[in-house]
Amino acid sequence: MANVNPRPGDPAITPVLVAEHGLTPGEYEKLVAMLGRMPTFTELGIVSALWSEHCSYKHSRNLLKTLPTTAPWVLQGPGENAGVISIGDGLAVAFKIESHNHPSAVDPYQGAATGVGGILRDVFTMGARPVAMLNSLRFGSLESARGRYLFGGVVKGIGDYGNCVGIPTVGGEIVFDDAYEGNPLVNAMCVGLMHKEDLIRAKAEGVGNPIIAVGARTGRDGIHGASFASEDLSEASDAKRPRVQVGDPFTEKLLLEASLELIRSGHIVAIQDMGAAGLTSSSAEMAERGDVGVTIDVACVPVREKGMTPYEILLSESQERMLVVAHRGRESEVRAILAKWDLAAAVIGEVIAEPVYRVTEGATVVAEFPGSRLVTDCPRYSPESREDPEVAALRAADVSGIAPLPDEIDPAWTLLTLLSSPTIASKAWAYRQYDSTVRTNTVVGPGGDAAVLRIRGTNKAIALKTDCNGRYTYLDPRVGGRIAVAEAARNVACTGARPLAITNCLNFGNPRRPEVFHQLKEAIAGIGEACIALSTPVTGGNVSLYNESPRGAVYPTPVIGMVGLIDSLEHITRSTFGTAGDSIVLIGDTGDELGGSEYLALVHGVVAGAPPACDLKRERAAIDALLDAIASGHVASAHDCSDGGLAVALAECCIGDQSNPTGLDVHLGDLGDVSPRGALFGESQGRFVVSSPAPASVMRVAERYGVPARVIGSVRPAEDGFHIKAGESELDSDVASLAAAYHAAIPALMSSERLWSNAARQPALVNA
Amino acid sequence: MKFGIVTFPGSNCDYDAYRAVVDSLGEAAVYLWHKNHDLQGSDVVILPGGFSYGDYLRAGAIARFSPVMHEVAEHARRGGPVLGICNGFQIACEAGLLPGALLRNESLRFVSAPIAVRVENANTLFTSGYADGQRIVLPIAHGDGRFTADDATLDEIEGSGRIVFRYVDDAGEATAAGNPNGSSRNIAGIINDGGNVIGMMPHPERALDRLLGSDDGLALFESMLARVAA
Repeated sequence: MANVNPRPGDPAITPVLVAEHGLTPGEYEKLVAMLGRMPTFTELGIVSALWSEHCSYKHSRNLLKTLPTTAPWVLQGPGENAGVISIGDGLAVAFKIESHNHPSAVDPYQGAATGVGGILRDVFTMGARPVAMLNSLRFGSLESARGRYLFGGVVKGIGDYGNCVGIPTVGGEIVFDDAYEGNPLVNAMCVGLMHKEDLIRAKAEGVGNPIIAVGARTGRDGIHGASFASEDLSEASDAKRPRVQVGDPFTEKLLLEASLELIRSGHIVAIQDMGAAGLTSSSAEMAERGDVGVTIDVACVPVREKGMTPYEILLSESQERMLVVAHRGRESEVRAILAKWDLAAAVIGEVIAEPVYRVTEGATVVAEFPGSRLVTDCPRYSPESREDPEVAALRAADVSGIAPLPDEIDPAWTLLTLLSSPTIASKAWAYRQYDSTVRTNTVVGPGGDAAVLRIRGTNKAIALKTDCNGRYTYLDPRVGGRIAVAEAARNVACTGARPLAITNCLNFGNPRRPEVFHQLKEAIAGIGEACIALSTPVTGGNVSLYNESPRGAVYPTPVIGMVGLIDSLEHITRSTFGTAGDSIVLIGDTGDELGGSEYLALVHGVVAGAPPACDLKRERAAIDALLDAIASGHVASAHDCSDGGLAVALAECCIGDQSNPTGLDVHLGDLGDVSPRGALFGESQGRFVVSSPAPASVMRVAERYGVPARVIGSVRPAEDGFHIKAGESELDSDVASLAAAYHAAIPALMSSERLWSNAARQPALVNA
Repeated sequence: MKFGIVTFPGSNCDYDAYRAVVDSLGEAAVYLWHKNHDLQGSDVVILPGGFSYGDYLRAGAIARFSPVMHEVAEHARRGGPVLGICNGFQIACEAGLLPGALLRNESLRFVSAPIAVRVENANTLFTSGYADGQRIVLPIAHGDGRFTADDATLDEIEGSGRIVFRYVDDAGEATAAGNPNGSSRNIAGIINDGGNVIGMMPHPERALDRLLGSDDGLALFESMLARVAA
């Protein structure tokens, strides 16, 4: 071990400084014991970043270990930059979802843009070319100026970044709820395609191999971003705006092309994004995976400004940078590829035999840790877990007795209210700002149940979706976790795709509060159960904790990003009705399940009751039946029944495609114990609305799988109107009114907003 | 017939143009690197969409100074066909191959959608496969698509039949409702006075397959094939 001394000018290590770095006294003791001495300021900074929640998963790792992660088609599970699954024909799909919640709360434009940039890099560092982006977004109400500012800024940030790099943004979900007022959630998912043999892992190997910094220069932006993301948001968070990074999608595009060329050149051993905690985490993690030592000389790192200290260089989160381990002797070839793309490359270190993580500044050692203990000795916690009794009481509440409002005499009023609520209404205002067709593979873009992309050179397609219902998860975290997976699977299945695997982004509050840790534990258990039942293992993801503001914690929101495979292009199925005269078949059972529903929250302002039951065997059977019916050619359209229940699902089938609106005539028949509003607006799981010219065939298939299915009506021309009879209740509307409510709601709310329009158009110039 | 597709740093529709030529037309295509002074014997040059040089300074403003643009201009002067799509249209205007300029969309927002355009002149190298007045659907995806020029220039290009495509509404009329970006006179695409350089904001290379929503772009490529090969 080398002699490590404080650098001249370093602050003294005091308990206050340690606390400012987010280390508990216990964690500090652990660090001292590992080093056998006091850490230097630089070392304290390194540990502060690597042991932050964001990098270390210290409160979630023990729980994540319980998730199923294997299947014959999984080529790479959790632990790498992205998961990878095989889709046959020698091809593989790399995908991952990640949060950028905290940065987006203080700077929605840059926060969202750099979130997109980071997840793109995670995918192309696996050797895959990114082919699609999805986003799972949560905001407070659009009635507030701040809500509109955040929504508008995030959408523009996502669009400007993805559009410029040239990756189509094809789907996702957007939810508006007061629970996210103080803490918006911005989760970005990237999906890439590769030949299996191009798969590369971020594992440093080969003593003597050079470590090369590639791409943008290192500046002072984003220092301690990972630590910032590991604490609650507060009034002081705005003062931490400098911890938000600034993105440059143009450099990202060059870096993408250069990285893929590097990977295919055979000149490099490993490559990793310098993401959260920058150079520190990328170098330490690559060394740990390869079980080798590394030495990095910060004096060799290309910087944007003079006088940067080792501390700053190591912890900078400047964007669009990569760390590469090359084969020794190939440095000039690597440089030539980067020069072609006008990017810089500098050898900043090498892989060494000595089991040590060492940082030097020229000849002086400024930080040194034994072996890979920096990563492996990270603390892990399983804190106390206890359900909030208030939540238990809410769940136990009987919501069936809540008296209908006078307006509800006409269920069309209720339906129009739901269709015009921003959570259910068309999100075209947002996705029209995203290029969804570049790369010419998008068969079903934003607005469908799941996005569908054809795979060139094959007769296959992939289906992609993100899903989560935070309100369900709040009321019952285990059921909410199950439903998040099941709903994503249903959406994917509606396009004709067999669900294959998931990535997850777990957005929760402060895990040191027992009621939050309870939510995390239960939700992960629910996700695991559903993944086993649906044969969709977890291939990776991200945990975002401390999503709390002075207004409290967000709803626990475990977002699921799912990938499915369509075997034949002929099986691609859309969610909207196509042809008047087709029969409408409801697959699945309807209970009187209003608990946790959009209806109760929106119409009655009530968040209570047990969320709908999620019977995973039945979910699996319903999905299998639907896929069989689609493959047999009996299904004209298929749509998942979710927020707003059957009435909303039916309306969406009629008005979702503005160029081809249809009407319908539906009789739900004998409702049994189910109330009319339960039948119309309850959110029973495991249901699909299918249209078919051959309903008897659909029902025969369903019967084979033991899945209830029945004809409830038929598709009509739009001018015939929209009629549903549910017991004694009759819902009548003209189709144009439904369409107007659904399509005009968000544009009307956003029409006066120009706040973000001129914001940071040319981000790189801001920092240059 | 050989199509040369220019790759500038930041081009991102070069691949789509390449696939369009090779897969949908069955013709030869090569990528032309922006740093080279070489069109590799291309019969047709495509300036593809994207964000060349990150749209820094102004969309297309830096790309026009790329080495390859010298050869593209020479090719155009010789009467060689040039197809500028989206960012390629912006570059062609910046390079003086076409009149006018593309400004930020009137909404100040990026707009991505399938959009209806009307063929205003079916008697060009690029549009002979369409009928005059035909309404076709092509995707647009741009933030700076508002075509503008002084009135004299607009009158001149309109009077000489050089407005090739106009944005139209559901009824096929060139109204404000049908105009997605505020372009002067609903202009979606124009052609130079030599009839060999076209610039258009909609993406014909993304509309070659019904599976992806529209194959209305196919006739544009087939028109070029028929006329250039003849």
